[in-house]
Amino acid sequence: MTGTVQNSEVIPIKDSSDVVFIRQRVRIWATQLKLGLVDQTKVVTAASELGRNTLEHGGGGELEIAHLVDGARTGLRLTFSDKGPGIPDIKLALTDGYTSKQGMGLGLGGSKRLMNEFDIKSSPGEGTTVTVTRWK
Amino acid sequence: MDRIPILRMGNLLLVTIQVDMHDKLAVTLQDDLTSRIAEVGARGVLIDISSLEIVDSFIGRTLANIASMAKVLDAQTVVVGMQPAVAITLVELGMSLPGIRTALNVESGMQYLQETSRAEEQDMDYDGDSAEF
Repeated sequence: MTGTVQNSEVIPIKDSSDVVFIRQRVRIWATQLKLGLVDQTKVVTAASELGRNTLEHGGGGELEIAHLVDGARTGLRLTFSDKGPGIPDIKLALTDGYTSKQGMGLGLGGSKRLMNEFDIKSSPGEGTTVTVTRWK
Repeated sequence: MDRIPILRMGNLLLVTIQVDMHDKLAVTLQDDLTSRIAEVGARGVLIDISSLEIVDSFIGRTLANIASMAKVLDAQTVVVGMQPAVAITLVELGMSLPGIRTALNVESGMQYLQETSRAEEQDMDYDGDSAEF
């Protein structure tokens, strides 16, 4: 993960209305960074998927939205963290169609395809942190 | 509690989603629509999503559920007005919405529903005629 943080915002994720709020805030940041409409839509959709994961699987947590600058390029970085049960098998969780609940199983794998960079750290009993970045 | 209004026009039900739906609202819409189809004996359901700025896997799954449940209740569903950026994102996300009939706008969606219900009526007429022999 390269680049320096210009400014950032932290939003708590406690219930499903927070997931809607996250979409709105991420949309505003993406617009301010002048991402194109398709890229904005991808970032907001990934935020919605990952925010729901944090809520449903992690039992709630928070999102940090950060404006990154790396030389001439700018990017939007989203960090979702929770202190939930963690993911025992990350490789399995990234497989399309894998779901521990009744979702479509597209949340993690799908978000990875929608963003430029994707990183996940998780240890059983300690929680999960997913960091994704979309460069302009 | 928030609800998305369902309009009835003859044997069709029309829904325009104009708010950023949280998950519970999407589930409520699914339940409401399914009961209304059975209640009024609807033959078609038109869902306009032209105001939706994103469709994530949950909303996509809800739309797919509505279409399957409607089909079991003998009604056709058509989803209209998806924004191009939403379509691109959905496919990249891994959801191509199989089983959902889509149309570019309300007009062509309505046309599709009217044609299918007319074709079904003709089929029924034919069955009726042949029974007289």
